[in-house]
Amino acid sequence: MKLRILTLGAFLFLSFAATLAAREKTSPAAAVYAAPSVILIRNATILTASHGTIDKGDILIKDGKISAVGGTLKAPGDALVIDATGQFVTTGIIDCHSHIAVDGSVNEASVSVSSMVNIADVLNSDDISIYRDLAGGVTTANILHGSANSIGGQTVVIKLRWGQPAARLPFEGALPGIKFALGENPKRSNLRAISGSDRYPATRMGVEETIRSAFTEARDYKKAWDDFNKRAAAGEKNLLPPRRDLKLDPLVEVLEGKRLVHAHCYREDEILMLLRVAKEFGFHIQTLQHVLEGYKVADEIAAAGTGASTFSDWWAYKVEAYDAIPYNAALMTKRGVVVSINSDDAAEATHLNQEAAKSIAYGGLTRDEALKLVTLNPAIQLGIEKRVGSIDAGKDADLVIYNHDPLSAFAVVEKTLIDGLVYFDRAKDIAGRAALEKEKKELQEKAAKAREQEKEKEKKPQDKKEEKKAEEKKPEGKKPEEKPKPPQGDQLEGGAK
Amino acid sequence: MNPFPRCFALMSVFAALFGGVGGYAQSAGDYAITHAKIFTLAGPPLEDGTVVIHGGKIAAVGAALEISAGVQVIDAKGLQVYPGLFDAVTQMGLREVGSVPATVDTTEVGSFNADLLAATAVLPSSAHLPVTRAAGITQVIAAPASGGLDSDGAGSQIAGQASALHMAGWTVDEMLLRRSAAMVVIWPSVETHSFDFSTFSVKEKPFTEAKKEYDKQVDQLAAYFEQARHYAQVLQAASGASFARDVKLDALAPVIRGELPLLVFADTAREIRDSAEFCEKQKVKMILAGGTEAWKMKDLLRSREIPVILRPTLGAPPEDDSPYDRMMTQPEELRAAGVKVVFASFDNSFSRRLGQQAANAVAHGLPHDEALKGVTLYPAQIFGLDAQLGTVETGKTANLIVTNGDPLDVTTEVRYLFIKGQLTSTDNKQKALYEKYLNRPKPAR
Repeated sequence: MKLRILTLGAFLFLSFAATLAAREKTSPAAAVYAAPSVILIRNATILTASHGTIDKGDILIKDGKISAVGGTLKAPGDALVIDATGQFVTTGIIDCHSHIAVDGSVNEASVSVSSMVNIADVLNSDDISIYRDLAGGVTTANILHGSANSIGGQTVVIKLRWGQPAARLPFEGALPGIKFALGENPKRSNLRAISGSDRYPATRMGVEETIRSAFTEARDYKKAWDDFNKRAAAGEKNLLPPRRDLKLDPLVEVLEGKRLVHAHCYREDEILMLLRVAKEFGFHIQTLQHVLEGYKVADEIAAAGTGASTFSDWWAYKVEAYDAIPYNAALMTKRGVVVSINSDDAAEATHLNQEAAKSIAYGGLTRDEALKLVTLNPAIQLGIEKRVGSIDAGKDADLVIYNHDPLSAFAVVEKTLIDGLVYFDRAKDIAGRAALEKEKKELQEKAAKAREQEKEKEKKPQDKKEEKKAEEKKPEGKKPEEKPKPPQGDQLEGGAK
Repeated sequence: MNPFPRCFALMSVFAALFGGVGGYAQSAGDYAITHAKIFTLAGPPLEDGTVVIHGGKIAAVGAALEISAGVQVIDAKGLQVYPGLFDAVTQMGLREVGSVPATVDTTEVGSFNADLLAATAVLPSSAHLPVTRAAGITQVIAAPASGGLDSDGAGSQIAGQASALHMAGWTVDEMLLRRSAAMVVIWPSVETHSFDFSTFSVKEKPFTEAKKEYDKQVDQLAAYFEQARHYAQVLQAASGASFARDVKLDALAPVIRGELPLLVFADTAREIRDSAEFCEKQKVKMILAGGTEAWKMKDLLRSREIPVILRPTLGAPPEDDSPYDRMMTQPEELRAAGVKVVFASFDNSFSRRLGQQAANAVAHGLPHDEALKGVTLYPAQIFGLDAQLGTVETGKTANLIVTNGDPLDVTTEVRYLFIKGQLTSTDNKQKALYEKYLNRPKPAR
């Protein structure tokens, strides 16, 4: 309890939270329940995200793709029919800023440019947050490195295919990304005193210089390779290739438009700084993350063709979040920015539909605009809008069925589908709980028995006096709630805010 | 960098508003809210009803009331009236910017700090007040806490006295609903993991060792209460026996006498069970705050009549193998078992999510009127403030909200807000910034 509050404060600033996450996993069984090639979702209120709401409609799914959307559709006799009368269907929610499914820390904080490391190397398909986020309707997430560095690690977009191995998580064909970070976190304002770090930079000036230096290097490096390749292609012999630099390779990909930049930022000044630097070096900032003062420079962000991925209503946890407003998403939308609402936190991700709905009240977005904040817009920001983000024929059958209007605080997810497979089914989850409880109890009893036997073994060579002593010392039976419990990353509100 | 960017922020608010301090503007007077659907929470809702406000109180509630001259009429056709929402655990006014220790006054040094009072450090012009008010929250409990960036893991076991506050006032005195509403006890926990800042890593401790420390802390708390009991006896005896006055023990006397409840922060089943036993033994009134695993102790909580102020339902479940919806199904499970359930933010910047927290419990089975009472009437009851607040009834203090929909939902707007019978502005720093930048001219290219 005390620790939780303490760490809550500490972790507000850097995503070290995940270092705490390495712990024993007790994962529910893999949850792919049904895999028929044809599914018909019937008689639902369909929130398409691309062409409004269909009051009573059907969705036909064939081989993992949406094959038709509309009034009354016909399905072959062997199709699985899901009667969704009175229910609501949206496309799967896309979280443009997540730190789930990562094994260990999300920060390589020792250097200011950590572009050589890659989150894709440490995906953990056993993270229970994958399942919980699925239960909140999330089907795709942008898994980011933390914000300790001006230029952070490489990032990966995943689908939340719970129960599949890590190699099956990455979103096929999605461009890889890289995390940048500006402001308090990379200059380490909030933890310098306690972490004792003298690492450069310590100012926003230094953050710019770090990015500028790195891209100056990357530009030269790219030129060296381009020259080499050109001469090699021209048939020149005995050429010595430039030395590979794993730090600069991803930055060259950024310069070539093959890797998307997702930049953590807060203040208006640093937002414009980054847009200027990117323009100067000729690369694109794909998304500004958090971007809580984005509303102050919305026109400039729109002009740069840069997306903004923000929080619904978080503020005041640090100075650069003190001018945050819950109207941020709506105001930037009105000024022509493609805006998404993200979670940065495993628990927050489970109700992103509610967070999006807040922009209806804060700034007057329409229902369609609000829904796009967590569906089509993040899909565009991640360059995957041809595959996901709306309910249209040809797109992946990533769908969420709710028992109530999802643009409210009263909706519960009944089913979540990815690629036409049901990865989350609430009724089955609830029905399976008794069996899980039973299994847990049996395992605990087995463990307790094993401990007893271990003690017996230790006692045997000793005499009776010792035995009596041992009995006195016998600790009380360990109850489930007494299991050592590390604070959970997702309880700490600890993402890379 | 300017060390006081807050000043700029406040200045922009001044510029945007017409003389209101952070949106704080109240107009006194008599009001009649007419043609509203009134959710009195003391009976079925009244369709097309009127609420008359006079002298800060609710003067009348009914269907077709006569409105005397000079009363300002608010036509609330199509709108709804509710009691103002009550956030039962916050650090309102005690923390401005979380990461800046200079703006944080939640946590004191030392184990036993019964004489500390939250109201002492509440900043009436905090930007959090008007921002939170805009979400329909008209009163809160501001509680001292434990832990935080500066506390190095140490924290008080007796953190001090929580204050009940109206969410508006030029001074703290004007905000006061009750100066001392409860004594905050942060129940010890078995800390098998601790965070070491020197290595920035988690240190593990064997369970037996952590349990020993826990027992020691519980014993210390019990011993301190014994001391306070004896002290209170001497105080009351007035025997003329000389004794050294102790301001901390003085402050505990109302608790010992059963006049002031303990607001006990406890989350695990062990903490809840042990703290309930403790309060039974000490014969003090307990309110449980936190209650992450309250469902495991629901029978005990019911039999001891201990109400629970639950941590946010939108938080993650305590264990990896907890059902994914554990925090959201808990409120109904507790209610069905006969436990009084109250919702709270345990925060200040997230206080405006109070209704949303309750709504998610409704989505998972809690009856809607119970959820609504869990953010209005029940918090008033558990802090003994229900004679003044919690329902829309004649004679109560007029802390009311007029909304365009369900105050628990995320798309609802608060159109009018009354605190102590005064029409109170819902303008705030964030709204002002929104309006300012909404009107920013297109930059020249």
